[in-house]
Amino acid sequence: MIAAIVSVGVLGALLGVIIGVVAKAFAVEVDERIEGVGDLLPGANCGGCGYAGCADFAKAVVGETATPDQCPVCSAEDISNIAGYLGIVAEEKEKMVAVVRCSGNASNTVRSLYNGVRDCRSAVLVAGGAKGCDYGCLGFGSCADACPFGAIEIRDALAIVHPELCVGCENCVAVCPKNLIVMVPASVDVHVYCNSPEKGAAKRKVCKTACIACRKCVKASGEEDHMLVDGFLVKTNYDNPPPTDLVEASACPTTALRLASKHAAGGYEGVSK
Amino acid sequence: MSDKPRKFKGGVHPNDSKALSATKPIQEAPLLESYKVIMHQNIGGPPELVVKKGDTVKKGDLLAKASGFVSVPLHAPTSGTIKAIDKCAGPTGIHVPAIEITADGEDEWGEAFAPIADWKNTDPATLKQRVWDAGIVGMGGAGFPCHVKLSPPEGKTIDTLILNGAECEPYLTADHRIMLEQAEEVVLGAAILARILGLKTAIIGIENNKPDAIAKLNEVAGKYNVRVQGLPVNYPQGAEKQLIYAITGREVSPGKLPMDVHCVVQNVASAAAVAGAVIKGRPSIERITTVTGKPVVQPGNWKFRIGTPISKALELVGGVSEQPAKLLLGGPMMGIAQNSLDVTVMKNTSGILLISADEVSFYTSEPCIRCGRCVECCPMSILPATISQAVENKRFDWAEELNVMNCIECGSCSYVCPSHRPLNQHFKRAKIEIQAQLRKKK
Repeated sequence: MIAAIVSVGVLGALLGVIIGVVAKAFAVEVDERIEGVGDLLPGANCGGCGYAGCADFAKAVVGETATPDQCPVCSAEDISNIAGYLGIVAEEKEKMVAVVRCSGNASNTVRSLYNGVRDCRSAVLVAGGAKGCDYGCLGFGSCADACPFGAIEIRDALAIVHPELCVGCENCVAVCPKNLIVMVPASVDVHVYCNSPEKGAAKRKVCKTACIACRKCVKASGEEDHMLVDGFLVKTNYDNPPPTDLVEASACPTTALRLASKHAAGGYEGVSK
Repeated sequence: MSDKPRKFKGGVHPNDSKALSATKPIQEAPLLESYKVIMHQNIGGPPELVVKKGDTVKKGDLLAKASGFVSVPLHAPTSGTIKAIDKCAGPTGIHVPAIEITADGEDEWGEAFAPIADWKNTDPATLKQRVWDAGIVGMGGAGFPCHVKLSPPEGKTIDTLILNGAECEPYLTADHRIMLEQAEEVVLGAAILARILGLKTAIIGIENNKPDAIAKLNEVAGKYNVRVQGLPVNYPQGAEKQLIYAITGREVSPGKLPMDVHCVVQNVASAAAVAGAVIKGRPSIERITTVTGKPVVQPGNWKFRIGTPISKALELVGGVSEQPAKLLLGGPMMGIAQNSLDVTVMKNTSGILLISADEVSFYTSEPCIRCGRCVECCPMSILPATISQAVENKRFDWAEELNVMNCIECGSCSYVCPSHRPLNQHFKRAKIEIQAQLRKKK
């Protein structure tokens, strides 16, 4: 009995000493700043920075292979906090948000019946996606599934981005089989919700809210080139963005020109002719 | 090589519904006022346009030339003027570039190719060039350029030419009628293809449910040293790998091609087109297509020019007796659902199939009950049930490990699944995602 207690006790003490020595001798030096930066990061692990997760990004920031502003989720304040913690100067960055360039929901567009897999990337394999318009949003929500922040809502078979929830991680951009999603500066609210390069008449046949390139918005912006004409499609000039009252002033006949905030709030539903 | 055909593993026996049109002789469609010829009708590179708006063309004139080796030229289906080079609804549901021709009603041949009557003493390379120049693609459905299959790379020897007359797809009878009415051309085409490949003989494989076609071909086959082989009735008997196994007993390994087991497979309609191109000097501008289905008033087999809109084709067959619920190009197992009647007949359109509302069921997909029916029927011996679960969880890497790339998309698994799971669509998706991954890696 006593022999057992003594022998196990001695063995325990001996191994304890060995572990202690080895831990000291082979210690891996960890920069404690990595943990510090990690605590300041949002911890969403969205991958929007291009690194495997927040911890990996923190390591890169401390190792100076990345800059804090590469995190798309952090606000300007968060970034300056991280920069302050590391004693570096952070660059000002513009917050970007995603826009789904389509306004053709179920009531606005021609659709055929589809009974297959409820996923855009699978649906596109059957007759191009059962939508009259080749370029439009299919509305099965592959982008919404990819969004870790719940910023994309599928309403009436149309993907709608809530700009206030979108952090700009770009996870949705690559999954859209129609390449409808683009990243735009969050400060711009006026967008053209159409991406079809077809002629106006062909577009109108399949969609009530297509951009028919009537150029009313181009004219309304006067001398300023706020809006750019690209074939049969008008696009917002993000280098010289239009003021929000342009939407009102141009009275877009198809309501393809919209305010992102009003679009997200459902302000354009039922207005198209 | 034994004469007794083997039965491949798996397969299904759908109701073939061929009786609707099997006895209807091929009718030539009257000349239309305009045709919309889809530019890209082959697998591989799209051809390069050689005409412009306003040009006058004669029947058989070149509209677009091959842009590379895996690409075929395109010819005018009739004489007339090029009205526009615009877009047209394509078979995959996306609008694709098409050449619109307004017919002048003369239907006059242009400078066609010189007929090669003495093909037996013509250099195989010249014959192969003719097949390419005539723009012949695999008419079974895929549209793979014919001449590419006739050009095995250095080091690959070919010892067997198989002509695919199985036509296992339900409803379709176009190949059946071709074999009956153009038996001579089919066999002649087979002999020409054999000469190009440096072979003495060819084998025509036909499912045993077409005894009249087997008898008819047997009458003429001897003349050209071609053998006709009856095959057990089992879908997908007409799939390339299954056909090779049934006739030669050779198995094409995953990721390999028929030429790896020294075989070349061509469709019987392609063979007839080859005979036309060589003997008569005719380019590929026509397509024999079955227009069928319950809603069709007069189902039948028609010879359409390429570029004939489906809406016109349906008018020709007397229209429809009831509102169809579904339109497919091809058969019910592998055909592609369409959402527009503006799609036009292409070189590989083997059928135009309408399905009525009472034949279509809108099922909701239920969870897999692990019954294993899909595994039993899969002719490629993969595990459809497991792969579909991997795809549902977006684990394409896992699907790849389970050999989804071997899937031939025959649809047998979706056909037997009691839970109505969209298995085939899952596999199509997985194959595309895996290929995209591979391209990224490169």
